[in-house]
Amino acid sequence: MNKSKLKLLLDILISYIKIGAFTFGGGYAMIPLIQREAVEKHHWVTDDDILEIISIAESTPGPFAINSATFIGYRVCGFWGSFCATFGVVLPSYVIITLIAYLLRSFLEIQVVQYAFWGIRAGVLALILKAFVTMFKKAKKGVVAYVAMSLAFLLAVFTEMKVIFIVIICAIIGLVASLIAERREKQ
Amino acid sequence: MKLLFELFFTFFEIGLFTFGGGYAMLPLIQKEVAVKGWLTTEELVNFVAISESTPGAFAINVSTYVGTELAGIPGGIVTTLGCVMPSFIIILIITKCFEKFQSSKIISGCMSGLKPAAIGLIGSAVISIGQPVFFPDGWTTAVFTTPAFWVSLVIFAVMLVPSFKKVHPIAIICISAVLGIAAGYILKL
Repeated sequence: MNKSKLKLLLDILISYIKIGAFTFGGGYAMIPLIQREAVEKHHWVTDDDILEIISIAESTPGPFAINSATFIGYRVCGFWGSFCATFGVVLPSYVIITLIAYLLRSFLEIQVVQYAFWGIRAGVLALILKAFVTMFKKAKKGVVAYVAMSLAFLLAVFTEMKVIFIVIICAIIGLVASLIAERREKQ
Repeated sequence: MKLLFELFFTFFEIGLFTFGGGYAMLPLIQKEVAVKGWLTTEELVNFVAISESTPGAFAINVSTYVGTELAGIPGGIVTTLGCVMPSFIIILIITKCFEKFQSSKIISGCMSGLKPAAIGLIGSAVISIGQPVFFPDGWTTAVFTTPAFWVSLVIFAVMLVPSFKKVHPIAIICISAVLGIAAGYILKL
């Protein structure tokens, strides 16, 4: 491995440590940071590439942070590029959460903290409900969408079925429905 | 060693089957870790708040946390690795055949079912996470006589307003914490 490639890998690593350390809440919240580091500062990718990675991330499993880091890292410097980007983006939260894991138990025994978390749990529920409503508003509506949505909801709430099977069932429904729609169009 | 393998594969599964990001995976994590007795729903909700207030994706944060809680540093490493690996591998493959992937009718067909499923799952998380918040002792009407129920309900209702006004989640968590502390000391719960 030559020197300029090592330097590039190190740049990717440092940029992604920064991106990982300053994104709160994860997901699309990191797009502005990726733009600043990968587009404006280092010119590794273009804004079009960012749009491309968003569309890929929406149709692949896993957190957006990992998907985008792997994709952009690969564009810049092949396998080791994606390795450094992914490693960098995970590192800050890994370190912070490991520390928290060791401190949280004793922290939670303090009375005032217990009250605080009691309030927080109700607040978090409001955040989750908001996420549901926003995603529902953004979603494409249609018969198939409503069927998959309500089926996933009902199965998850009222049955002990593993979520993985729910996900697979909904994928199959979507696939079958789109194949039927396509055949109808041809006729 | 057996625990480490179990942790790795559980979080590999979680990483592989998470669509829609963040909260869409709550029911998946909840069922996996609750059934195995690794984390209670209450602890999971506490952790949602911690994850919102620390950097990084929720999926990664919760993986690291559960792993470290159950099996120390090695546990945290295998769960984080397990959660990251599926997307890492899948994206590596896709970058090599991006055109084919984007025009694939099979993938777009599956996605037309998966995207709404993720929304349905978030909806179910509201119920399954709400239950221990409002009905800690199961679905009984007895809670209607407890002040704790009404305080939770008020905090939840009050926090809906800033949530929908796009106030930052960390601010909402802080306000809820203050309200919880105030109510806790006033009512001596």
